[in-house]
Amino acid sequence: MSPDRGARLRWLLRWMMVAAAFFPALAHAAGAEGATPWWVWPLALFIVCFLLGVIAVPAGIGGGVLFVPIVSGFFPFHLDFVRGAGLLVALSGALAAGPGLLRAGFADLRLGLPLTLVASAGAIVGALIGFSLPVSTVQVALGITILFIAAFMWRAKKSEYPEVARPDSLGAALRMNGIFHDPASGRDVPWHVHRTPLGLVLFAGIGVLAGVFGLGAGWANVPVLNLVMGVPLKLSAGTSGFILSIVDSSAAWVYLNKGALIAIVAAPSVIGMMLGAFIGGRLLKTLKASMIRKLVIVILLFAGVRALTKGLGWWT
Amino acid sequence: MVDMKATSSEGGVSAEQLRYARVLDYGMKTGLILLIAGFTTYVSGLMPAQVPFEALPRLWTLPVGEYLGKSGMPSGWAWLSLLASGDVLTVGGIALLAGVSLPCLLVLAPAYAGRRDTGYLAITLMLAGLLVLAASGALVSH
Repeated sequence: MSPDRGARLRWLLRWMMVAAAFFPALAHAAGAEGATPWWVWPLALFIVCFLLGVIAVPAGIGGGVLFVPIVSGFFPFHLDFVRGAGLLVALSGALAAGPGLLRAGFADLRLGLPLTLVASAGAIVGALIGFSLPVSTVQVALGITILFIAAFMWRAKKSEYPEVARPDSLGAALRMNGIFHDPASGRDVPWHVHRTPLGLVLFAGIGVLAGVFGLGAGWANVPVLNLVMGVPLKLSAGTSGFILSIVDSSAAWVYLNKGALIAIVAAPSVIGMMLGAFIGGRLLKTLKASMIRKLVIVILLFAGVRALTKGLGWWT
Repeated sequence: MVDMKATSSEGGVSAEQLRYARVLDYGMKTGLILLIAGFTTYVSGLMPAQVPFEALPRLWTLPVGEYLGKSGMPSGWAWLSLLASGDVLTVGGIALLAGVSLPCLLVLAPAYAGRRDTGYLAITLMLAGLLVLAASGALVSH
């Protein structure tokens, strides 16, 4: 690691530690009725989302998966509003990246549309389930899901150009294939998919999770596209963004119609996360992505334990 | 076996994909600008707030049903009649972001119809219908 990169990483870690120390102090202050002026929380939310945005890009995640457990664990907002804002954070990131990915061929409409249809139906069902369950149940399930995601991120493998010996009949009928031009290597890689029925079932499940918890689902979309269906890694990441942009819209409408998207929580989250992601994109060349990924896994473990214990009433 | 995307117009990317990207770009930027402008006018006090700032810490800890009951904030599409409030205007920006995918999908339909690609025409229209259903509020009880 170069001295410059080490200094940047230490600076980032120091900020993360300051922020981590800041949350419990604020959470404690919230317990004392009226002790904290109203503007402290949106300001703290903006700062936290900015920091999450900085690390989300180098870690290769959307940010929604960090947002919901951290904000629901350490801020006074009800989980209904946090889940709604989480969806909006994930949606805004996917929308902002979408035009560039589609124009550059890093996302493929033909591949994404059928998967988006089942995932969107799942997300709407998930959002309705989320509102029908007791908040403690959702909080416990969120904690378990986040701990699972942390373990999954730790163990997950990737395949740059997966081998697909024979496309399945559904994938072939839908003509889910093409030639991916990788500008980094200069290669034109022909691709087609297999296990399409399994992929559709998994995307329906991913949609439900996105709707129930307000999580962006990039952490799950990319492995399913890449490892299950055999799509090249970069095309998987780009198409995942396109899928998210519609799936999260579907669930966001349920939250919006319920009245669970409120300006004071949603707007600072989106603005902070997008500014942070802008900085994170610039740091991408200097920070070591694997190091940031480990940092994210540690944060997810911490946030998952917090969500679980809060839901069980052990750490309120 | 491999579909070379007969409608290719730019670096192997289909013409309808480029059209989708263009509509998405305009809609996303408009939604974000409205969200940021609405929030700025809201927190700066340039526009009145539907819910007073001082009341927020008591209200944002409540489940959404109780929050609506005590704050007087609307659910469904009733916010459209309150756009003179900064907090509701911000919600307008959110609605625009949530709705931008619908026109994007609708510009795909003529391309698929023209190619007699009935499978993808059906998928696109079903997806658009799903978004309209979610946006209509018909699935949500108030």
